Amino acid sequence: MKKDLLSIADLSRDEIHLVLDTAEAMREIGQRPIKKVPTLRGKTIVNLFYEPSTRTRTSFEIAEKRLSADTLNIAVATSSVLKGETLVDTALNIEAMAPDMIVLRHASSGAGHLLSRICRSRIINAGDGMHEHPTQALLDAFTIREHKKRIEGLKVAIVGDLLHSRVLRSNVLLLTALGADVWVCGPATLMPPGIEQFGVHASTVVDEAVADADVIMMLRIQQERMQGAFFPSVREYFNTFGMTAARVAGAKPDAIIMHPGPMNRGVEIASDVADGPYSVILEQVANGVAVRMAVLYLLAGEVEAAAA
Amino acid sequence: MSRLLLKGGRVVDPANGRDGVFDVLVDGDRIARVGRDLPADRDMSVVDIPSGLVICPGLIDMHVHLREPGQEHKETVETGTAAAVAGGFTAVACMPNTSPVNDNAGVTEYILKKAAAANLARVYPIGAVSRGQNGEHLADIAELKQAGCVALTDDGRPVATAMLMRRALEYSRMFDMPIIEHCEEQTLKADGVAHEGFHASSLGLRGIPGEAESIMALRDISLVELTRGAVHIAHMSARQTLDAVRWGKSRGARVTCEVTPHHFVLTDERLGAPVAYDTNVKMNPPLRETADRDAMLAGLADGSIDVIATDHAPHHYDEKRVEFDRAPFGITGLETAVSLCFDRLVHRGVVTLARLIELLSIGPARVLRVSGGSLADGAPADITILAPDMTVTIAAARMRSKSRNTPFDGWTLRGGVAATIVGGRVVYVNESVPLQM
Repeated sequence: MKKDLLSIADLSRDEIHLVLDTAEAMREIGQRPIKKVPTLRGKTIVNLFYEPSTRTRTSFEIAEKRLSADTLNIAVATSSVLKGETLVDTALNIEAMAPDMIVLRHASSGAGHLLSRICRSRIINAGDGMHEHPTQALLDAFTIREHKKRIEGLKVAIVGDLLHSRVLRSNVLLLTALGADVWVCGPATLMPPGIEQFGVHASTVVDEAVADADVIMMLRIQQERMQGAFFPSVREYFNTFGMTAARVAGAKPDAIIMHPGPMNRGVEIASDVADGPYSVILEQVANGVAVRMAVLYLLAGEVEAAAA
Repeated sequence: MSRLLLKGGRVVDPANGRDGVFDVLVDGDRIARVGRDLPADRDMSVVDIPSGLVICPGLIDMHVHLREPGQEHKETVETGTAAAVAGGFTAVACMPNTSPVNDNAGVTEYILKKAAAANLARVYPIGAVSRGQNGEHLADIAELKQAGCVALTDDGRPVATAMLMRRALEYSRMFDMPIIEHCEEQTLKADGVAHEGFHASSLGLRGIPGEAESIMALRDISLVELTRGAVHIAHMSARQTLDAVRWGKSRGARVTCEVTPHHFVLTDERLGAPVAYDTNVKMNPPLRETADRDAMLAGLADGSIDVIATDHAPHHYDEKRVEFDRAPFGITGLETAVSLCFDRLVHRGVVTLARLIELLSIGPARVLRVSGGSLADGAPADITILAPDMTVTIAAARMRSKSRNTPFDGWTLRGGVAATIVGGRVVYVNESVPLQM
């Protein structure tokens, strides 16, 4: 594996499978009475979060602790960034204390690439702006594989705010690399320009995207990122694009419903769908820990190899 | 007065229909004569021009940010004009978005005083259209003209409203000053940082469509027709804008335009590779897609484009070493332009050398209504000596500019600058050229 995990594009097909296979073993650790192995003992991992995050930060922290790494959380409020230190200076200060890895969440696309160029520590991208969130796509693939036993040939419909979603970009890279038939769907105002070059089918009609789908993946309507009027109202959005039981009925009978969270119930997804029998949303959260353990373990392994 | 005889170079002077081996005699700050086998006197400095070099009228960069006053950590008039002459430019026109803004005679005079002290390239200040470039009240345009400004612009942004642009065009016409327009419809640009398209989408960067530029160009061309003023479209990047300019020209509107080397060399593919999120490919307007880049090459070849200008925009190292969306827009250009023009335009057969000199010398002189662009007898002795076949490796660390923000660092190109003469004084000689000056 490369030094850093900034994008799904940093992983080959084989490496993606390696992460998913390793995650199977890691999940077993979480089912033991003593959920801890000494694998990363003596490693220092800094979780550097420039955006509020509950799920991802907690997931990384639990993964790190289960592997016995020494972990440190730094939550940087945006206001203090505006006052003073640059990202580069903050990172160099952290680097001076010789951590092994930095898990970075940042509002700017490419923030991890910037650190990657100046840091010796391995950088794991835990979400950069509208760019990518690679560990989310890995845990999504893990969850899909668990239910469907394969990814190749599946029809996956990704519905919601495509424009601002880092989850979309990572998932498109991963799912197309593994041979899924990916459909993306959302209002024309939230369709990334040039989407047709992503190797996906793009539609503005939910029923078309969802028809005979094996997997329906919802994306959050990220109201905090929307500076313009991308759609008239939440009500109209839900009526046109919201995932309701009636729309799910167009998918395959055993289709699964996914959501990276946090959900806006009644905006992109109806509660009966979110809580329904097809929903694997909480499994995604559970699998997140195992997948992140796998990523941390595999990257750390490379550290050892490089030192040897 | 001292006399200088340049013997035996290839003189390319399209304004006077010359392209051949001639001697050039400079007397004081003027060109005395251009002719064959001019006799040398004892009291002349005689310089033998090695074969392969080209003597042409001094190059003029009509779009430069010298940053002084106010941002001297990025560039000063002295370092900027040192970069200019090293890049073969005998004159530069500097943008008014300094701090304070060049919207009054005091700032103009300050810049000219600094330029006189540096005594390198000629400096033509460009004044603001509006006070503080705020887009509300016209600046004191007559006063700016009298102090030495040659044109007006609110560069960094467009003239804010159609009404203000109308008034500016009407008013500036009295002083024969063009309005140089940074075309960008602000609501369409919004908080965009890169060309809208596949590459920006893949990288999660907010896009700016080409239409943000062409819409404003069309507004301005319409207003030129209304007012009979003159507009010059700065740093054109989008194929739609070039179409707008062609349309305006076909109707006889007083519209001219410029393109930067980076917009005819690079495309938005550079956002992702070889270095993803390199802030040295962040400029405004952004690098556009291949079809736009190719349109610019076509416009240079067919005469639709009047000028090549660099939009030299120095920024401090620290300012660029940040997240892509937080970095300032702009790259340096003075010391890379000639090599890029030779390598990508002349040697690839896009334009002839004579056409290149039109774009870099005659065109800007004409748009700004300043002297230059000609080696006629009696003209100011602003001369650039070019080395069309010299191999140049761009080295940001060795540049004279105070800033290093160029995406061309390490590029090897064919074509460069041998020497620069301003007002009869040799102000730059490239040490890697066998030229005794």
